[in-house]
Parts: sequence; structure tokens; C-alpha cells
Amino acid sequence: MSRYSAFSLLRGALTGHRHWQPAWRDPEPKSHYDIIIIGGGGHGLATAYYLAKVHGLKNIAVLEKGWIGGGNTGRNTTIVRSNYRLEPLHNLFEFGLKLWHGLSDELNYNVMFSPRGAMFLGHSDADMVKLAERGDAMRCDGIDADLLTRDQVAKLEPLLDMSRDARFPIQGGLIQRRGGTARHDAVAWGYARGADSLGVDIIQKCEVTGFVRDGDAVVGVETTRGRIGAGRVGICVAGHSGHVAGLAGLKLPVESQTLQAMVTEGVKPMINSVIMSQSLHCYISQSDKGGVVFGGDPDNWPSYAQRGHPMVMEGAVAQGLALVPALSRLRMVRTWSGVTDMSFDGAPIIGETPVRNLFLNGGWCYGGFKATPASGWTYAHTLATGKPHDLNAPFSLDRFERGATIDETGSGPMPNSR
Amino acid sequence: MMQFTCPHCGPRAQSEFIYERTVDSVVPLDAPSQEAMAKLFTRSNPRGVDDEIWRHTYGCRAWMILTRHRVTNEISGCRAIGPEALP
Repeated sequence: MSRYSAFSLLRGALTGHRHWQPAWRDPEPKSHYDIIIIGGGGHGLATAYYLAKVHGLKNIAVLEKGWIGGGNTGRNTTIVRSNYRLEPLHNLFEFGLKLWHGLSDELNYNVMFSPRGAMFLGHSDADMVKLAERGDAMRCDGIDADLLTRDQVAKLEPLLDMSRDARFPIQGGLIQRRGGTARHDAVAWGYARGADSLGVDIIQKCEVTGFVRDGDAVVGVETTRGRIGAGRVGICVAGHSGHVAGLAGLKLPVESQTLQAMVTEGVKPMINSVIMSQSLHCYISQSDKGGVVFGGDPDNWPSYAQRGHPMVMEGAVAQGLALVPALSRLRMVRTWSGVTDMSFDGAPIIGETPVRNLFLNGGWCYGGFKATPASGWTYAHTLATGKPHDLNAPFSLDRFERGATIDETGSGPMPNSR
Repeated sequence: MMQFTCPHCGPRAQSEFIYERTVDSVVPLDAPSQEAMAKLFTRSNPRGVDDEIWRHTYGCRAWMILTRHRVTNEISGCRAIGPEALP
């Protein structure tokens, strides 16, 4: 695989750009792999990349039922941050954020990571206390967080409705300046190209339809392209975790719901940071193309439909317009939705399952994109060694029966944490 | 938006209803702790038809069981809830 560089572009320009090669191969599946990863999204591809890069494993396959990055990797709102209150969460996401900061260099692929600042808004005294507490918790673990006054928020985002009689008055905010956005597709493509160049087989249009068992162990998978043997199998299928784990007879602490997002026509820069309000649940940022991307709550009932309901979209839009009234002048050009696997404490699950040689990475709710590098890194460690990495040990599947949930919002045993 | 046929009120917009949980995740009062844990924390979550409990919160406020396909949103039944309707 040739390296991308300014020099290779220049050389290509002189030869009519006939030098471009496919960024990854399209191999036929082999009869056996040491490790099979089910799901060719960002997390699965990152896992394969780190298995090859960090652990030196060669005989790895990523199986994808559609095309890589065609699921939630291509459907999120591209926000990257690590501003969580609970220690296991912010430690995992912070590890990821550090990887994000060097990711384009690491992959030799521009993931367009833009640390423009991720800001939570505070709408009341209680909100400001909550934000201060969160910021303190982060800073105790060396993660950047700055509490902003009302004036500082207004200066950073002049288009916010800062009037005293605003529908959602703004009292201040909490910003993580190292947070921001990244190009979601590029993350999948960059990891795919990197993994492929290290010998990983990326097999698209290959849906897993069952598991091959030998006693209490999984020894392979049945797919639409035939049976493939495996030493270890890692599920990494986001919203479809429940379905795929069900093929192995497992019942997971997740419920799949639909999460919508939408984007306006492209305009000149108007939103400088990532604006989020957790009291409302609305998040707004502007893509590098100029479209204002925003999203809100999931459709709060089970669904695998990959399409949302206008009623929920209307709620998200109403919040966005109340915060940034100027958005009312823009046309919405696209809306879409993804299937999210909502876990019962709002935190992900990365680790072993009761079935030997079968591992699970899922339950990311709607916060998975930002974790892509950290998820891949820790899952690769788990798949390579059979044991959890320090960072994903708290996120084991058995934490619910042990009463060791990681409940950031204290919402209890329901799959609608936020 | 979906339209549900409430057994008491007839066809109504989905926005009047709130989803609660699936029928198979109702915890019986006398369930042993293992079963209660499984019902509280796990879901069969099928990519197909399931029986769900919804409440007509902004209508008659009654609970009901809706049988719905989770990919197509096709609703094949909506029946009143009662002691005999639960497992």
C-alpha cells in the first residue's frame, strides 16, 4: 500500500491521477481465522487494526453484512469528547480522546479531527452546580474542563439566544476545549485501510447467520458466504447486538432504539464549537462543509427500523431553534437515523460472554462514535489476551447481576439513560 | 408517526401513548432473585415481532399490550391489559 502524502499527490497530478489504488482489498473468506470480528463499523475496524498493530496478530477477519461504515459509523453526529462524570467512563473516553489527537498521523489518513471545543450549556442554578461537579470530577483525573460564565458562552457562540426571557435561559456552560468533531466516514475508511495493510481480511456483504458450537465454546460462524472457523469471535455490531448475541442464545441488557439526526444546507461558519444541552438533550455543531448538524433524544421505544418518527424530530428541532433562533432561516436537507443498543445503565459493555471464545462489544447507546479508538484498543486487548484491559474491566457484561452498574445519570434499570 | 387502536378509545395518534416495557420483562412479585434480575436487566430484543406494554397516557390512561414488528412497525394487535393478559 502506498503512503498518502503531499508528494504522492503532486506526483499523481503530474501523471493524470492514474496512481490511485483501492484503499483495501476485497478478499474471499478463508476457512479459518484466529479472530473473527463481526461488524465492519468504526469499532470493529479499529479493533482489527489494533489487533494487528499492537498485538502483532495476522490471521484476522472483519465480517460486515453490508458495506463498511454503513451502519452507525455513517449515521452519528461526529462529536468527540470525554467529559463524563464517573471515573470508569471518563477514563475510557479520555484514553480515546488522546488517540483521536494523533489519529490522522497514526493512520496516514485524514480523519479531519477538529478539536473546536465541546460545550455543555447550563440553564439553571441546579444545572451550573451539576456542571461544576462534573468539571471537578474530570479535572481530578487530569482531564481539561472549564466552567464558563454567561458572558464567556455568549462570546464563544454569539448566535445563542442569551436574552433573559429566552425559552431556555442560559446561565453558563462547561467546555472541554480538546473535544470537537471528526469526519465519521474517514474514521472507518482510515482504520479499514490501516487494518488491510497489516493483513486483516475485510469481508463485506457477509452476514453472520449463526454460530458454530463445540460444547460450551464457539468455534466458528455460519455466514451468507459459508462457514468460517475461528479461534475467538468478537461481536461488534452496535444496534444489532441483541440480535447477533441472540444467535448464540444470549439475552443482553440492551434494547435497540432509533436515534435520529439531521443536517441543514451548508452556510458560512455560524456555530464555532459543539453546543450541547443535557437538560434539554440537544446537540448542535457545524460540519466542515457548512451544514449545521443536530440531534436530540432517541425515539424512546424499541425499533430496528433505521428510520425515525417526525414527532421526535420535531422535538429536537424545537430545542435547536429555541437555543439558536437563526437556525429557523435554514432549510433542513437530510434526516436519517441509526439503531442504537441502549444498555441498562447508559454505559457500554466490552468483555467476555458466558459462551467460551465469544466476546461482546456493544451497548454504546448513542455515544459510541467518540469512543471508536478506545473501544478498538481495549477490545483488541480483550480479544488477543482473553482478559479485559484495565480500562474496560469495569464494563463487563456481568456487572448488572453484580450490582456494579456504571450509571452516569442515575436512571435505574431502564434502557433509556441519557 | 404510528397509529394505535386503543381498545377503549379507538384509533389514536402514537403521540398520545408512552412505551413502558415488553410483556416478558414484567417481574412477577414472587420471582426468585435470579429471575427478577434477568427480567429487570435483560431483553429478548428481537429483530421482529414482540409484545409491548404501552400506556394511553394522554388519553384514557389505560395500559395495553401492543404486538408490533420492530423493523416494519406493522401492528398486528392491541389488546386491553388485565390480570389474565400477563404471564
